[in-house]
Amino acid sequence: MTRTLRLALAALALAALPAASLAKDREVSIGLQAAITSMDPHYHNLSPNNSMMLHVFEPLIRRDANQKPVPSLATSWRAVDDLTWEFKLRKNVRFHDGSPFTADDVVFTLARVPNVPNSPSSFATFTKPIVDVKVVDPHTIVFKTATPHVLLPSDLASVLIVSKGAGAKAATEDYNSGKAAIGTGPYKFAEYIPNQRVVLKANYGYWGGEEPWDKITFKILTNPAARVAALLSGDVQMIETVPTSDIAKLSKDPKFNLADKVSNRVIYIHLNQSTEKSPPFVTDKSGKALEKNPFRDARVRKALSMGINRDAIADRIMEKKAVPAAQLLPDFFYGTSKKLKPAKFDPEGAKKLLAEAGYPNGFAITIHGPNNRYINDDKIAQAIAQFYTRIGVDAKVETMPSAVYFTRASKLEFGYMVLGWGTESGEQGSSLRSLLATYDRDKGMGVTNRGRYSNPEMDKALSIALVTMDEKKRESLIQQAAEIAMNDTALIPIHYEVSTWATAKGLKYEARTDQYTLASGLKPAK
Amino acid sequence: MLAYAIRRFGQSFIVLVFMSFLVFVGVYAIGNPVELLVNPQADEAERIRATAALGLDKSFLEQYWVFLVGAANGDLGKSFVFNVPALTLILDKLPATFELAFVAMVIAISLGIPLGLVAGLKPDSFIGRGIMAGSIMGFSLPTFWVGLVLIMIFSVHLGWLPSNGRGETVLVAGIPVSFLTMDGIAHLAMPATNLALFKLSLLIRLTRAGTREAMLQDYVKFARAKGLPQRRVIGVHVLKNILIPIVTVIGLELGSVIAFAIVTESIFAWPGTGKLLIDSINQLDRPVIVAYLLVIVSLFVVINFVVDVLYSLLDPRVRLGGAAAAH
Repeated sequence: MTRTLRLALAALALAALPAASLAKDREVSIGLQAAITSMDPHYHNLSPNNSMMLHVFEPLIRRDANQKPVPSLATSWRAVDDLTWEFKLRKNVRFHDGSPFTADDVVFTLARVPNVPNSPSSFATFTKPIVDVKVVDPHTIVFKTATPHVLLPSDLASVLIVSKGAGAKAATEDYNSGKAAIGTGPYKFAEYIPNQRVVLKANYGYWGGEEPWDKITFKILTNPAARVAALLSGDVQMIETVPTSDIAKLSKDPKFNLADKVSNRVIYIHLNQSTEKSPPFVTDKSGKALEKNPFRDARVRKALSMGINRDAIADRIMEKKAVPAAQLLPDFFYGTSKKLKPAKFDPEGAKKLLAEAGYPNGFAITIHGPNNRYINDDKIAQAIAQFYTRIGVDAKVETMPSAVYFTRASKLEFGYMVLGWGTESGEQGSSLRSLLATYDRDKGMGVTNRGRYSNPEMDKALSIALVTMDEKKRESLIQQAAEIAMNDTALIPIHYEVSTWATAKGLKYEARTDQYTLASGLKPAK
Repeated sequence: MLAYAIRRFGQSFIVLVFMSFLVFVGVYAIGNPVELLVNPQADEAERIRATAALGLDKSFLEQYWVFLVGAANGDLGKSFVFNVPALTLILDKLPATFELAFVAMVIAISLGIPLGLVAGLKPDSFIGRGIMAGSIMGFSLPTFWVGLVLIMIFSVHLGWLPSNGRGETVLVAGIPVSFLTMDGIAHLAMPATNLALFKLSLLIRLTRAGTREAMLQDYVKFARAKGLPQRRVIGVHVLKNILIPIVTVIGLELGSVIAFAIVTESIFAWPGTGKLLIDSINQLDRPVIVAYLLVIVSLFVVINFVVDVLYSLLDPRVRLGGAAAAH
C-alpha cells in the first residue's frame, strides 16, 4: 500500500516537472490582484478592467507611466474655439480583423458608450459633454461641446475605441466571448474566463512596432500570499501589488526584481462638517453632544492634521511604501502646488490650537475606516487613534468591510472617516472637484465630498479653472484652489500609496502611477 | 418511499423560498451595491442610471417579487458585476469545486477508515499512537497555513507541483474534469490533500472510537468464539456496525466541503464557487449570492436524502421516515 502510494506520488511529481518550468522565451504569465469583470471596454469603469482593456483597445489619447497625455490613435488635437475641438487621427492603423481605423469608428464608439445595457458603472461621464460630432474626413474629426470643456482630451483618454464593423449590434457577451473584442491594440483577445484568467496573443500588425511578448496569460490571484507563492515557484513571472510584509524578503532575493512608484492614490481623512452641532460619533469626553460642530473650525482641523505622525505611518506601517501627503496628488502631477508641504507632527502645537478653538480638554471621536480596501487601512486608523491621545483627543476605532463602510459613509453616518482617492485623470482639478467642491450632485460638483466642506473662495477659483482654455492659466488657478483648500485643512491628507510590482530576474517593469499592469511595460532587462 | 421523497422535497422547497428571502433581507441591510460599483467620480445622473440598470430603483418587496417571478421561470437574475446569468456563472465553476471536494473526500475516506481501524484495533501500539498523534495535527493546524506550507515545500523548494490554478481538463459527459490528465492531477494534488486533511483526521477518530467500542461487544466475541477468521470479524461484523455514524458524518462533511472550500480555493487560486462567493459578497453581488446559496441548500437536501437511503440499506431496522404512519 505505502509502496504503491510512494510510487504514484513520484510519478506525479515527475509528470508535473516540465509543467512547472515551462515558460518559453516570449510567453509570460502575470498574477493580478483583482478579477476582470468583463472584456467589454465600455461595460464597467473599474481600474483592473481599464488596465486589461488597454492591451486590446486604444484610446485617442493615451497616458504614459506618469499619466502625462501622449498621442495614441489621435496624432494631434487642438481647441478651435471654446466649444470646438479638432482631432487628427492616425493613418494606416488596422483593427485585429484587418479593417482600417477611421473617424467612423470614433463616431460609433461615442454612440455606444452611453448605451451599454446593465452597465454597473458606465463611461458616459466622459462622453456626455460632447453634444455633436462631425467627420471632416476619414482622419479628421470635430467635437462640439455645449459649454467650454477643457478636460475633453483628458476624458477621451478614458474612452477606448471599438471597431464599427465588429461592434455593430454587439452586446457585452460578444466582447466576453471574443467575437467583438476587436481593437487596434498591441495584443489580441484569445481567452477570457471570469474570475480565473485572461489570455492574449501578440498583434503582429501593431502600428506601434513589435511588442515584447507572443502570448500573455493573466491569472487572477486575489489572495496576496498565493500571488507571492506563484511568483516564488515560477508559475508567474510578474505580480502586481506585492504585500508590504513580503517586500523586504523579495528585495533581498537575487532571483527577483522589484519596481515601485508613488501612485495617484491618496489616503485622507474626511471630517463631517454637515451638521451644526456634533456630527455622528463626536462628543465631549463624558459622551455628551457638543454645542458646535468642532470640524467646522479650521483650527480644529489643522490641530487634527498636526497630531498625526505621517513619517511614522509611512515607515513602520507601510514599510516605506508610502509618501507623506500634502495635497491630493504627488507634486509632479498637473495642477499640484509645490508650495504645499505635509503638516509636521507637532502634538504641543496641536494642543494649543485646540485650546484656542475652545477645546482645552479635547473631545472624543470614533475613527471609522474600511478594513479591506486600501493597503493597511485598519492599521492606519489604529495608529491615528494612538497619536491623538497625545493631543488630548479620545479616539475609538471602528473598521468594517468596504461593502458596509462606503454605503454608510456616503449617508454621512460617520464623523471622522479614513478614505482613499485615486485620480485617474492625473490632474488635480478633477479630484478637488469631486472631493472638496461644495456638494451639488446635479452639477457633478463635490459628488464624493463626504465631509461637506464648502468654501466659496475655492469654488470660485475651481469653477473658473474648469472653463479656462489656456493651459498655463488653468493650471495656476487649480494650484490656487488647492492652496486655499489645503491651507484651510479642508481634508487631512495622510499619504500617497506606493505601488509595487515584482518580476522574475531578467525582467523589468516600468512602474506606473496609475497602478496599471501593462504587459507592454514588462521587458527583458538588459 | 415515493411518498417519503415527495414530502421531503416539498419541505425543501419551503426552505429554499424562506432562505432566498433571508438572503435578500441580509444583502439589502448590508449596503448599496451601486456605492461599490459606480465610479466615485460619477455624477447623479450616472448613479440614477446604474441604480435603474441593476433594478435597484424598485422597492425592496418589488425587487423580491421580480426575483421570485424570474426564479419560477428558471432565471435567478444576472450578476451585477459580470452581467452574466448568476446561475451560469455558478454552474461553470461548480465542476471544479465538485471535483476538488470529491477527490478530497476520496482521500479522506480511503485513508481515514483503514487508519482508524488500525488505530482502533491496536490502540496501544506504536502505530496506533502514531496515527492518533497525526490526526491531532490534522485537526489543529489551520488550513490556510498548511496550504502555504505545502506550496512552499512542493512548489517553491522542490518545484514538483504547480502552486495555483486548475490543470488541463477533458470533457466527460459534457463536464470538464481535470483528474484524468497528468497536468490536472498535478494541479489537484495539493489543494485536495489540503482540503482532505481535516476530514481525514475526523474519520480516523470516528472509526477508531467505533472500532474500540464494537470490539468489546458480545456479537464480536461470539463471532470469534464461532471461529470466524479475523478478516471476516472486522470486515463484516465490526465495520458494518460502525458505519452508520461514519456515513452520516461523511454526508454532512461532503456538503460542507463543497460549500466551504473557500480557504483552500483562494490559497490555491482554484477556480471554484467558494472563491466566487467571497468575491460576490465583497461586491454585494446579490444575484450571485442568492443563486449560490440556493444551489448549496439544494445540494444539502439531496445529500441528506441519499444518506437516509444509505441508512436503510446498511441497517434493515431503519425504515424511511414515517413509512409506518403512511400505512
